[in-house]
Amino acid sequence: MSIEVRNIDKRFGDFIALDDVSLTIPSGQLTALLGPSGGGKSTLLRIIAGLESADTGTIQIEGRDATDLPPQKRNVGFVFQHYAAFKHLTVARNVAFGLEIRKRPKPEIRAKVVELLELVHLDQFADRLPSQLSGGQRQRMALARALAIEPTVLLLDEPFGALDAKVRKELRDWLRRLHDEVHVTTVFVTHDQEEALEVADEIVVINEGRIEQVGSPDELYDQPANDFVMSFLGPVTRLDGNLVRPHDLFLATSDPGDASAVGTVTRLVRVGFEVRVELDVAGQSVQAVVTRAEARNLDLREGGTLWIRPVAGAVIVEATERLAVGDLDGIDGDGADAVPVGR
Amino acid sequence: MADVLATRPDRQPALPVGIAAPRRRRPRRRARSVLLTWLFRLIVVTYLFFLVAWPVSLVAQKTFEDGFSALDTALSDPSITFALKLTVIVALQAVLINLVFGVGISLLLVRYEFRGKRLLSALIDLPLSVSPVVVGLALVLVYGGRDGWFGPALQDAGFQVIFATPGIVMATTFVSLPLVIREVVPVLTEIGTEQEQAARSLGANAAQTFRRITLPGIKWAVVYGVVLSLARSLGEFGAAKIVSGNFEGQTQTATMAVEQKYQDFQQASAYATAFLLAAVSVACIVVVSIIRPKQERKR
Repeated sequence: MSIEVRNIDKRFGDFIALDDVSLTIPSGQLTALLGPSGGGKSTLLRIIAGLESADTGTIQIEGRDATDLPPQKRNVGFVFQHYAAFKHLTVARNVAFGLEIRKRPKPEIRAKVVELLELVHLDQFADRLPSQLSGGQRQRMALARALAIEPTVLLLDEPFGALDAKVRKELRDWLRRLHDEVHVTTVFVTHDQEEALEVADEIVVINEGRIEQVGSPDELYDQPANDFVMSFLGPVTRLDGNLVRPHDLFLATSDPGDASAVGTVTRLVRVGFEVRVELDVAGQSVQAVVTRAEARNLDLREGGTLWIRPVAGAVIVEATERLAVGDLDGIDGDGADAVPVGR
Repeated sequence: MADVLATRPDRQPALPVGIAAPRRRRPRRRARSVLLTWLFRLIVVTYLFFLVAWPVSLVAQKTFEDGFSALDTALSDPSITFALKLTVIVALQAVLINLVFGVGISLLLVRYEFRGKRLLSALIDLPLSVSPVVVGLALVLVYGGRDGWFGPALQDAGFQVIFATPGIVMATTFVSLPLVIREVVPVLTEIGTEQEQAARSLGANAAQTFRRITLPGIKWAVVYGVVLSLARSLGEFGAAKIVSGNFEGQTQTATMAVEQKYQDFQQASAYATAFLLAAVSVACIVVVSIIRPKQERKR
């Protein structure tokens, strides 16, 4: 087992950033620490890197106790959200930094830098300064720089958080492919559930300083441990005191006999291929999502009556009080491209 | 941050062409702003000319009224050459001390949290607001050989501060203390700690991180601070005069020599020495402002 986190506590004044966190991160995998901002995931990453120290608890990296080691002795690669490029050094010198510190022979450094710059597709930018690169290129440079020291673990703190949506998506795919090539144990922090679901082998959901669930993307999505995990991984709606995914609801225009509820359509919004249906069920708002074709077959109209039940195999989790109402509004995001149905 | 500021003028979008209404109004607005710009320029240039450029240039003019004879006279006067040498020695020592402590205190102020930080920060500005004469008197009270707090003990140990070079260095260091710090602190704040953390995670220890990452980042702030300190140190007069005792050929610095020659009706020597002092300071600032922008653009 690669990283062993045991009973870590961390406070900033009165604020509890991490509350008795224990976690095992397996070797050679891509693990995501997922959670809302302020949930403690970045703090945990920084404690693993040694950039922050825990109040209590221990950290082991590849079987070696690292709790009291300074960052430069932990052999971890760290990638920052805002790149932390060495502004006065060229791309090549940035990548070479860790090797120069380790006093490796010059020809070895040169060969390694060339190899890494090819790996991150920056070979033609070797002599540029970081200020002459785009955000995505800078982050790839930072990644090459971290990989140069052949780290035991690679830690990435919201690595794509400062990039625009398109570059973000590209780099996400690229990171996945890179990891399949390099196989270094990688942990990255993100608040974007899509990013975690798409890239990670394993996801650790962290909220309010505690770990909510650890598992593969499928496990987390199909068997969420609680309502928080369920609502954080995707849109949910509340039906009969339970949480269910809007696309897991079966809608019928006549009574199918086993319906859980009957409601009136209050609003229809079409976003591309999907139609978002908002229903009023005994004064409660319930959201459902159907495809364009289904909506047409059902002949959905505002004011119409619908019978609802979860489809077979739907994920259903009991809703508890701690879930804020705002968490349920996932479906109600009025995209600019939303078009009312039937106009 | 610097990048954004640097590129902003280029990014200023041209007003949309082809829209009738703004196009008609635009020339008038532009004409007015051009006129205003020129007016402000004129005011600033006039102000600086009468306050700075003209008086200083008169010193140069007086110096070279009879060709190089004034400079020759001054430079063959042993009391003046001594004063110039002493000034250079004192200024270099003061700058060196302020360089080391200035960078150190800046790091302390920006990178560490401790009690009394605001007080320290306020104290650092004190030398700018207190009259150098007061500084001189205060130093005499503490280090004076006969009745200062430390003075007698130091003198018994064979170390004279007041009426000697160490006192002049102290007074000069005191008055130029904030200059390096005030240049370095904002830059240190702006570059942040991420690059340093990245260096640490890549295996650099504290000293390597400082030398390879922090220092290059604050290099130009340090250079500018040093130049300002040097210029200020060369010109120090009030505090230095009180602690030095102004003994010709022993503790008299260049500024004191200027005053004395002027009062002794040796105007030519006074002007020549004053010219040399001004020339060095101007040269320092010109050199730095020529090399600095090029480097900034590269970043």
